[in-house]
Amino acid sequence: MKAMDTELDEMAFLDLLRQRDEMAFTRLVEQYHASLVRLARLFVGDERLAEELSQETWIAVLQGVDQFEGRSSLKTWIFTILTNKAKTRSRREHRSFVFSDFADEAIESPTVPAERFKDASAGASVHHWAVEPSSWAGIPEEKVLSEESLRLIRQTIEELPDNQRAVITLRDIEECSTQEICNILGISESNLRVLLHRARARVREALEAYLKPEH
Amino acid sequence: MDHDMTCKELVELVTDYLEGTLPAEIRTRMEKHLSGCDGCTNYLEQMRQTIRLTGQVREENLTATQRDDLLRLFRGWKNN
Repeated sequence: MKAMDTELDEMAFLDLLRQRDEMAFTRLVEQYHASLVRLARLFVGDERLAEELSQETWIAVLQGVDQFEGRSSLKTWIFTILTNKAKTRSRREHRSFVFSDFADEAIESPTVPAERFKDASAGASVHHWAVEPSSWAGIPEEKVLSEESLRLIRQTIEELPDNQRAVITLRDIEECSTQEICNILGISESNLRVLLHRARARVREALEAYLKPEH
Repeated sequence: MDHDMTCKELVELVTDYLEGTLPAEIRTRMEKHLSGCDGCTNYLEQMRQTIRLTGQVREENLTATQRDDLLRLFRGWKNN
């Protein structure tokens, strides 16, 4: 389901929720519950705990909806409640989880393996792919957007370092804005872009291997 | 960078390019490189596709148990 399109819709929707309208609540959980669980999993690892945190978030949303002033979007408000709960919980469980910790990977290393390029000897052309990426334009959409490629993407993201997984999940799956992500994870915009770049490059690499023309 | 942009340099700028955060001068040099390089043009297009496909992995459907649990929460709140 797409995000609610206008601010007006959201205000009308909030009114329904304040009137204890069950349909409005159902629509809200259908739209965001899976996202909350996914977001919680970035902090706490364990699926059951992520579900529990998401439920606690809904309780807080219902208890807070009468006071919610709409200064942020409903989505940002709900995500922030979840994030605060998840951070508190992961601290309590002594998971030393720091999103801005880059120690796990040297950020200067290239995202495309060096062997994809020819040696840049003096006078060489600036166009120096050794193995040129091919166009995916001729590949049927049923193959590009197949269950198998989606499974491959999920798996690749699952195997990324925590901070890269968090950033690509929020940006490309949840479609959060840069500002929302920086607030949620407590990282700077430039860190966000470095992490996002590395994460996307890994997913692209996995897809490239899968979509490679068969010989 | 005072020389012409190389493929190796370009691929590391793709995210800044797509996020619209590249300084105008670098953007111009990147586009100049792209106009003469199929490999990099394909790379950029593959990244665009990667982003599009990643956006499709959301699993939206709630399980019956999840829905029941949440509705129970809601009714508890409503009747309070």
